[in-house]
Amino acid sequence: MINFALDIGTTAAPESYLFYVLAPLSVLAAMGMLLVKKAVHSALLLAWVMVTLAIFYIAQEALFLGIVQIVVYTGAVMMLFLFILMLVGVDTSDSLVETIKGLRAISIVAAVGFGGLLVTLISRATFGRDVVGLSEVNEQGNALGIAELLFTRYVFAFEVISALLITAAVGAMVLAHSQKTRSQFAQRDLSIARFRKGELKDAAGLPSSGVYALHNAVDVPALLPTGNPAPTSISAVLEARGDMIESTNFQLKEEAEEDK
Amino acid sequence: MPIANYLYLAAILFTIGAVGVVVRRNAIVVFMCIELMLNAANLAFVTFARINGNLEGQIVAFFTMVVAACEVVVGLAIIVTIYRSRRSASVDDASLLKR
Repeated sequence: MINFALDIGTTAAPESYLFYVLAPLSVLAAMGMLLVKKAVHSALLLAWVMVTLAIFYIAQEALFLGIVQIVVYTGAVMMLFLFILMLVGVDTSDSLVETIKGLRAISIVAAVGFGGLLVTLISRATFGRDVVGLSEVNEQGNALGIAELLFTRYVFAFEVISALLITAAVGAMVLAHSQKTRSQFAQRDLSIARFRKGELKDAAGLPSSGVYALHNAVDVPALLPTGNPAPTSISAVLEARGDMIESTNFQLKEEAEEDK
Repeated sequence: MPIANYLYLAAILFTIGAVGVVVRRNAIVVFMCIELMLNAANLAFVTFARINGNLEGQIVAFFTMVVAACEVVVGLAIIVTIYRSRRSASVDDASLLKR
């Protein structure tokens, strides 16, 4: 029989309540991350898991790491994930259909085996002594204790990490940079294109929209010398959306009678 | 509550993340699952720091966070590059070597 409560100390009651409330919630959110279809929902569930982990860090006397967890993970990393989701958008990769036959069953069996192995290993491990706790090393504050270690014994690792950060930033810029295959159309290019189009009707540019005594806007077509509205004087987008106003609305009544 | 419960939680979260890497096909979700595994490892580090009564575990967790941030930046840039050329973020579609 596996003993699930080996001799590495216990926590105070409030921390136990915190754990028993938040741990199932975080496991549920992590499971939901696998089961939900949309990647955005996965990202939000992962953000929740990270917030609960931050609370656990703070409960375990790692105040600095708890704050860093919230700022770096839920703040920066998850926002980065959401930005990339916005760039990439929704496509077929969101579907939960399994492409390799039996993959899901095999992975669940493997997960139960792996998880069971980890849990039994932890439960059978012994330290032979009680939990020391961090109250002694955190005497001057957690951040000060970490800073003392970080800038003395681990200062070389700290510098190497900074080099890694810079390299990662440069690498991301190089990877995400894309060379433009053609230059952007300038006014000169547009003018040349108009003259080379074949017919020279629009060579001087499209007519501007209608300007009337009662109405002056881009959604009213201008009138041609014949009295008909000029469709090219209106943006194709406005026309497609149905946001066009008939220019006959603004003609004087007497003129209309004279035409008859 | 025994402190080892934190270690059990870390083990469970790590396992869930590992399943996610295998099962999901969206490259971004796979990446999130890797983040989950890194976070679970961090929780174990913080718990062991408390058990052992020194801050070295927290220092390692701190370094893990920085490395994870770098990994996310470069990984997401790669995903965006693949998406630009193949119009898909599915890990199944990046199979040029297979054909």
